Amino acid sequence: MVEATMRVDGNAMGGMLSELFAREVTSARMACDGCGKVEPLGAEHAYLQAPGMVLRCRHCEQVLLVVTRANGAYLLSFRGMRWFELPAES
Amino acid sequence: MLGEVVELIDETPRVRSIVLDIPHWPGHLAGQHVDVRLTAEDGYQAQRSYSIASAPEEPRLLITVERLPDGEVSSYLVGELRPGDSLELRGPIGGYFVWEVRMGGPLLLVAGGSGIVPLMAMLRHRAASRTGAGARLVYSSRSWEEIIYREELERLASGPAGPLVIHTLTRTQPPGWTGYARRVDGAMLAEAAWPPSHGPTAFICGPTPFVEAVASALVLLGYPATSVKTERFGPTGG
Repeated sequence: MVEATMRVDGNAMGGMLSELFAREVTSARMACDGCGKVEPLGAEHAYLQAPGMVLRCRHCEQVLLVVTRANGAYLLSFRGMRWFELPAES
Repeated sequence: MLGEVVELIDETPRVRSIVLDIPHWPGHLAGQHVDVRLTAEDGYQAQRSYSIASAPEEPRLLITVERLPDGEVSSYLVGELRPGDSLELRGPIGGYFVWEVRMGGPLLLVAGGSGIVPLMAMLRHRAASRTGAGARLVYSSRSWEEIIYREELERLASGPAGPLVIHTLTRTQPPGWTGYARRVDGAMLAEAAWPPSHGPTAFICGPTPFVEAVASALVLLGYPATSVKTERFGPTGG
């Protein structure tokens, strides 16, 4: 079950992701593979209390992206998005 | 990136602003945040995000921190940090919940408690750039004493082309208070917010339930969802 009061905005994942992608990412857009809606990362829902960080679609709450850090590596699972659009210049 | 604490400003009994001098700070936009990382002597690390309160035009970076019950990072920042200390920072972060003068107005800002912080950066940016873009702030605090930046907001509001500042005090009100005394709701926004026909952009910041209630109310009033930008604190981040 998704705990609505736990959620914040995708914006909150911006710091970690900007380190991985070496650019500003909260305005990067993505399409949910569940409902097809397109939103910037900063407008999606983020859950930071899980092991790692979980980004969910603000429309259907499908899991879009999971970022975990273990064994000296970051693991990114883009399991729930059709595409992720990263601007060529920040 | 390391910042040196040059000044601490007590805003309210539970809220303190930290003025930082950061060599090679790349500049920021109003609405962005920084991640602050604390490292204990045994190597334990804790990290939290804090909104930037200062305008891009200001020479020093200001963050404003509310001390939360059992907040391991906020209690250090509000209670123990001293001028001359260093803070480890990452940022500026964010390109979505930001406002620049060139984006125009009018602006509707809705703050719950310390959710005022990134919105204050927008108001300071607006004042520094002397833009004609209209701005209204609806600001919910528990009491008169807990209004962060109260005097500066009064100054801004009474200045030329100042923003309209509307307070609501949800728990206690001073004697003779004639303003709102309840949580922000649809009826209040219908009175205080720009009508959707003015094409406003709304920025809402505060605790998650506050932000979601206000965002839903604005959409019901006819604001397009894409014109409503939110920044949720979540459950007391610490």
